[in-house]
Amino acid sequence: MSHTNKKYWYPYVSPYDPCKPITVKSYPTPPQLYMGFQPPNLAQFETPKQALFHGTLWPALYSKYDKRGDET
Amino acid sequence: MWYYEKKLQYPVKVRECNPRLAKYLIEQYGGADGELSAALRYLNQRYTIPGKVIGLLNDIGTEEFAHLEMIATMVYKLTKDASPEQLKEAGLAPHYVNHDGALFYHNSAGNPWTAEYIQAKGDPIADIYEDIAAEEKARATYQWIINVSDDPELNDSLRFLREREIVHSQRFREAVEILKEERDKKTIF
Repeated sequence: MSHTNKKYWYPYVSPYDPCKPITVKSYPTPPQLYMGFQPPNLAQFETPKQALFHGTLWPALYSKYDKRGDET
Repeated sequence: MWYYEKKLQYPVKVRECNPRLAKYLIEQYGGADGELSAALRYLNQRYTIPGKVIGLLNDIGTEEFAHLEMIATMVYKLTKDASPEQLKEAGLAPHYVNHDGALFYHNSAGNPWTAEYIQAKGDPIADIYEDIAAEEKARATYQWIINVSDDPELNDSLRFLREREIVHSQRFREAVEILKEERDKKTIF
């Protein structure tokens, strides 16, 4: 059960929009939206240091966040 | 724009002059979880929410104004022609000296409505979750008002309004499911 961390949508663009239209916009959909009750024995990061740096013990709960515009 | 129908969404009947009950009900008029907050919250959030849920915010926000009118009608009927003495007995003397019999957007403790009651975070998930929470808080408020009201006809209208909160909450939860769906994946980067 995998999901994407981000969704895209295509806003309406009016012929009279004064600012240059952004045709694709995104919003984050982090993993807690999909997990329900966390399943037991979920895989953990390999080292405590990795877990500490990620802010969570479980990769499945980690949500990468890039500065807007830095997305790859 | 809006078209106006000169009738209430659901009838409002009030059995007796009861300014004290009006004082409690005003919570749903100008309180944090009241109908004004709800209407303004949804109708404001709709501009920057993904297209698939704009219509939902539009429709529910509009319905909240219909509820606001019902609450206003209840408050008005409960206090219409009440003497200053009756208002005083109901703890409404401070309201009377400031507003006479006029309605005003404040909560039952007299705090004026403030935009701090609502939020537009711009993050669709955060905004819709706030809306779900607001519906549940409004539902709870209706329950507590029904608990302190012994006007059966008024309670009938309040039960209708409580039920609408439940339906709205369900619709917002469905909106979250729509926002979570994987369709519309960006294919070109």
